[in-house]
Amino acid sequence: MTAHEAANARRIGVYVCHCGGNISDYVDVDKVIADIEDAGDVVVAKTAMFACSDATQQDMVADITAQQLDGLVVASCSPKLHTYTFRGVAARAGLNPYEYTQVNIREQCSWVHTDDQQGATDKATALVRAGISRTRLTTPLEPMVVETLPRTLVIGGGIAGLRAAIGLADIGLGVTLVERELELGGWVRRFGPMYPHGKDGRALIETLVAEVRRRPAITVLTGAEVVGKAGSFGNYRVTVRVGGEGAGTIEVAAGSIVAATGFDAYQPETGEFGYGIEGVVTLPEFKALVDEATAPLTHRGRPVRSVAYVYCVGSRNTGGCANAYCSRFCCAATVQTAVQVSGLDPSIRQFHLYRDMRTYGKFEPLYTEARKAGSVFVKFDNDAPPAVARRDGGGLTVTVRDLLTHNEELALPADLVVLVTGMVPRDNEALVGVLKLPAGSDGFFNEIHPKLRPVETVVDGVLIAGACQGPKTSAESVASGLAAVTQSAAILKKGFTELDPLVATADQGACTACGDCLTACPYDAISMTETGDRHFAVISPTGCKGCGGCVPMCPENAIDLLGYTDAQVTAMIESLVEVPA
Amino acid sequence: MTAPVATEPQAPGDAFVPRILVLSTNNISDPGIDLAGSSHMHYSPGVKVIGVPCTSGIRPSWILHALESGFDGVFVASDGDECAYLPDCAKRSSRIVGEAQARMRERGIDANRLRLAAICSVCAEPFTRHLGQFSTALAALGPAAAELTP
Repeated sequence: MTAHEAANARRIGVYVCHCGGNISDYVDVDKVIADIEDAGDVVVAKTAMFACSDATQQDMVADITAQQLDGLVVASCSPKLHTYTFRGVAARAGLNPYEYTQVNIREQCSWVHTDDQQGATDKATALVRAGISRTRLTTPLEPMVVETLPRTLVIGGGIAGLRAAIGLADIGLGVTLVERELELGGWVRRFGPMYPHGKDGRALIETLVAEVRRRPAITVLTGAEVVGKAGSFGNYRVTVRVGGEGAGTIEVAAGSIVAATGFDAYQPETGEFGYGIEGVVTLPEFKALVDEATAPLTHRGRPVRSVAYVYCVGSRNTGGCANAYCSRFCCAATVQTAVQVSGLDPSIRQFHLYRDMRTYGKFEPLYTEARKAGSVFVKFDNDAPPAVARRDGGGLTVTVRDLLTHNEELALPADLVVLVTGMVPRDNEALVGVLKLPAGSDGFFNEIHPKLRPVETVVDGVLIAGACQGPKTSAESVASGLAAVTQSAAILKKGFTELDPLVATADQGACTACGDCLTACPYDAISMTETGDRHFAVISPTGCKGCGGCVPMCPENAIDLLGYTDAQVTAMIESLVEVPA
Repeated sequence: MTAPVATEPQAPGDAFVPRILVLSTNNISDPGIDLAGSSHMHYSPGVKVIGVPCTSGIRPSWILHALESGFDGVFVASDGDECAYLPDCAKRSSRIVGEAQARMRERGIDANRLRLAAICSVCAEPFTRHLGQFSTALAALGPAAAELTP
């Protein structure tokens, strides 16, 4: 080491974990230590039986303090497990948490090379060296502290949005509820009796709307649409147009935004299972008919004596363009409607042409009830779908091969054919553009993680709830609406928030203001600014999502993503190819 | 007598084990690669992974640098359509790979030494299969160092 290097040398502590044998049965951890401890800036190099144990954490804190370490490398399991544990260790010892690097020598080393101890050990050494190389180039970073407004904007006044608004108000947050229609209530307002309590959808909505009205913390804007969003998490300024195209706008300040924009019903193409022929209707059309009906059931003045339901219309399709997913509510909604029909007139014949029945969970008794009430279920093969045609002398005929009776062809007479259509994402292109909501390949909005972060999106402070995330029952929509309440409270009730500082930065000196990066960021985090006569790009640390998408777009290599800088990645690559002695 | 060829650093008799750099994504493909470990699948210890937030943030120069420094192949494990950051991530990642391949050709490096595939968070089996096939293909190509034009 030269004198200059020694003066600038880091003081790094390296801990290599046995994981009780999960690592050390396959990786010679002592050899790893022997291979790396001679590096001049590695001041502490130790193995630990369990790096995550309280005892080892205390050792680390003691070492960091006593040896005045300015860098920490922990080689153990996947960073998914203990990144926050060891960031915490660093913080407790007064070391900046971003001066620590996690090295994965378990999931990505010992466990995949159980057949090759030499190979696993050499690889672990290379991985630890890469971790040290990265740590040499870390800089202390501070999470950005942002004050947050105790107020949430809810978009969509369906059952999820209404229940969320009530929950938010009760937890002490202000609420602005924006509904595009003139009336609150969404789909559920149109529904008659709902399973399992038989309570009308419109009665449920009336109850919720009355609760909303009772809460002064909630401001309701109907006939209103979100048309603009500025600011960032904690301090959004949302532009809402009230009163339709061309009407005036108002600005609403909010710390978080909950999108509960719901779904649309799948609309069959003309000719799809006979759609367009008189007497062929969709499930929502039929439900509306049955909800309003009194015996005898009629459709356009003609009595309905027989109904054939064709399931999975527009759902569970294979091959490219069509919807691949199952809408999950439709089997239950259809058998429930059939039970309602039997209640009106038990002599109406009902045929259910299905691919698979999915009356899951607590909906199963409905299926039994429908069968007991006389509904007949016929299973067809997706490759041989039913055909719907007009019958001579009026009415319809549905031809289907019944898989359960050796593919026997049945010609079923029906006064009405009900196409059991599922949910599709609502066409919300403008809103998606405003909120930068990420949509999946199916068109529904994507949460960060379906199990661990089920209502958060990659846009900090923008949450999603209800059927805009994917097909849901009303109960499930309400549950996710309440999850969005909890999450809003979790991020707003403290009054401030800390944002991860691993964001992109632009080097003003190297920037030529070409503007290539401006279009690279869909989050509008990059803007051009000027001092005197110099123009250059600046990246808003609170607007940046830390993806790095702008990094390779800069022809001058003037952008670096903190934590993944050019120098760090280059150094890691070089360390990874080194062959241990 | 011809002069001995001195491009092979390994001991005689040792099979050539290609060194592969994998660039994966922290939130999606890296968990898929972790799952290969938790499921006790096997791939070559020549495979080493660097995680980044998103493959749209990879500089083509990193890929070149890896191949020039001693890696024999680079595998970009991207999020494909699942990327939570960028709706056009697949297109961006392809563009980066295309640019890197163009620069590889300029340096005399076989463009087949760079592969891109979407690896999802449960894609443990596809990942090990991809890497197995890639290792075999790279073993047939031999060390990348031999291709580098001075």
